[in-house]
Amino acid sequence: MTTTDEPAVTRSPRAAIKARNLRIDNWRRGPILTVLGITAWVAYATFRVFYQGDYWVADYHYLTPFYSPCVSDGCVPDSAHFGRFLPDHPLLPYAALSLPFLLAFRLTCYYYRKAYYRSFWLSPPACAVPDGHAKYTGETRFPLIGQNLHRYFFYLAVAISLINTYDAILAFRSPDGFGLGLGNLVLTANVVLLWCYTLGCHSCRHVMGGRLKHFSKHPVRYRLWTISSALNGRHMMWAWITLASLALTDFYVMAVAAGWITDLRFVG
Amino acid sequence: MSTRTFRVWRGDAEGGELAEFDVAVNEGEVVLDVVHRIQAEQAPDLAVRWNCKAGKCGSCSAEVNGMPRLMCMTRMNLFADGEPVTITPLRTFPVVRDLVTDVSFNYEKAREMPQFAPPADLKPGEYRMQQVDVERSQEFRKCIECFLCQNTCHVVRDHEENKPPFSGPRLFIRAAELDMHPLDARDDRREAAQDEQGLGYCNITKCCTEVCPEHIHITDNAIIPMKERVAGDRYDPLVWLGRKIFRKGKAPSATD
Repeated sequence: MTTTDEPAVTRSPRAAIKARNLRIDNWRRGPILTVLGITAWVAYATFRVFYQGDYWVADYHYLTPFYSPCVSDGCVPDSAHFGRFLPDHPLLPYAALSLPFLLAFRLTCYYYRKAYYRSFWLSPPACAVPDGHAKYTGETRFPLIGQNLHRYFFYLAVAISLINTYDAILAFRSPDGFGLGLGNLVLTANVVLLWCYTLGCHSCRHVMGGRLKHFSKHPVRYRLWTISSALNGRHMMWAWITLASLALTDFYVMAVAAGWITDLRFVG
Repeated sequence: MSTRTFRVWRGDAEGGELAEFDVAVNEGEVVLDVVHRIQAEQAPDLAVRWNCKAGKCGSCSAEVNGMPRLMCMTRMNLFADGEPVTITPLRTFPVVRDLVTDVSFNYEKAREMPQFAPPADLKPGEYRMQQVDVERSQEFRKCIECFLCQNTCHVVRDHEENKPPFSGPRLFIRAAELDMHPLDARDDRREAAQDEQGLGYCNITKCCTEVCPEHIHITDNAIIPMKERVAGDRYDPLVWLGRKIFRKGKAPSATD
C-alpha cells in the first residue's frame, strides 16, 4: 500500500513497456472471422431484401423470413397475411415494418455489441491489445447511450418471432390440405432457433426474473429465469446459428420459388 | 528438466526494460516456480508479489506473454517448447518495482462504495435468507481480488483519464452482489452504479470475464444484469407505464 494521500489516478507512472502488446497467440483470428461473417451476411441480406422476388412459394405457402410480414403493395396477395398497406417502391423492403426492428434488436444485442466493438471498432480488438482509439467514453453519451433501447427492440422481436411462427404453421398447407416437405422442416427449425436466440436474450432474462431480489417469492418467474439463463449461456452460439439459419431458410425458399430445385415432399 | 528463456521486465517508475534469463524448468511447474528460481539463482533483487501459490490470494497477478494471468496458476506446459516466456507487470497500475505494481486504485474505488445495509428492524443474528435468493450473489463472493479484470479492462488500461469516473468490473460485481442481495435495504445501488461508478463506460467486450481466474461470469451475470436494471429504471416503457398507473416511485425490482 502506498503511504501518500495523493489519489491513485495521478500517482507514479506505469511500467514503461516498449511493446504495445506482447501477445504471441493468434488474437487477430477472432476479429477477422467476425468481420468476414457479419459482412458476408449483411451483403447477402441486403441483396435479398431489395431483390423483391422469389420470396413466396404459392403451392406450399413458404414465405421467407426476410419478407415477413409482407406488407407492401408489391407483395403477392396470398403472402400478405397482415394486409398490404405500404407503397411498392424499389427502395422500400416488402417487410419494411419488421426488418428495421430486427436489425436494431441485433445491433443492440449484448453479444453483437461485443462482436462489433471488438472487430469493427477495435475497442479493443482483443484482450490486453490496445484500443484503436485515443478517446473513449463507452456507452455514456449519444449515440451509444441508445444501446439501452435494447429492451424496446426485444419486445418487438418477440412480436416478430410470433409472426414467423405463424408463417411456419401456415406453411403446413399444400394444395391437397395438410402438407409436409423439406421446406417445412427448414422453416420450423429456423423458427425454433430464432426463439432460442430471442428467449436467451439478456433483456428477456431480466424481464423473466433477473430484476427480482427474491426468487423464493416468485417460483414461476424463477423457473422462467432459469430457462432463459440456460439459453443465455450460449447466446453467442444462437446469435451465429440464427444468422446462418435465416440466410439458409431464405436461400431455400428462393431456390424453390425460382424453380432451381423442387421441394422434397413427404406428405401432400 | 529443460532450459527455457524467460524475459522479465525489470525497472521502476524511472524506466526499465526486459531482462533475459535462461533458467531450468521442471515438469509440472508453474510460471511462479520459475520466477522464484530466477530470484534464487540469478536475480535475488527481483521484486515479485506472491503469497499462497494456490490461486486464492490474488497476489501474483502479472502479464505472461501479454495476457493478464496469475503466475501461480499458469502452467509451463501451456507454452510451446523453445517459446520464450515474457513476464511484465500489470500495465494499468503504477509500477513500484519489477513485477510489483501499486493497486491502490482498486481499494480507493472500493472505499467509495456504500457498504451492505441490512433492514433497520433486523439485529445481527436475525438475518434469514433462502439459498435460492443468495445464489447469484454468492458467485461474486468467489472474487479473490487479483485485479486482473481491472487490469485488462480497456476503459482504464488504454485511457488513464477514465480512472476518476470509472470503478471497473471488480466493483461492478460488488454493486451487483449488493443490489441482488435479499437483505440489502438500499434502493440506490443502480443509480450509484450508473452515475458514480461509470457503468455506462463498459462496452461489454468481456475481457474481464476472459481473464477471471475464478471463472466468475462478470459480464453476463453482473454487469449486464446491472445495465438491464438501470435500463429498467430509466429506459423501459412498460416499467415507466406501470409506475405511472400504480404510482410507484421506484422500479418494483428494488423490493420484490
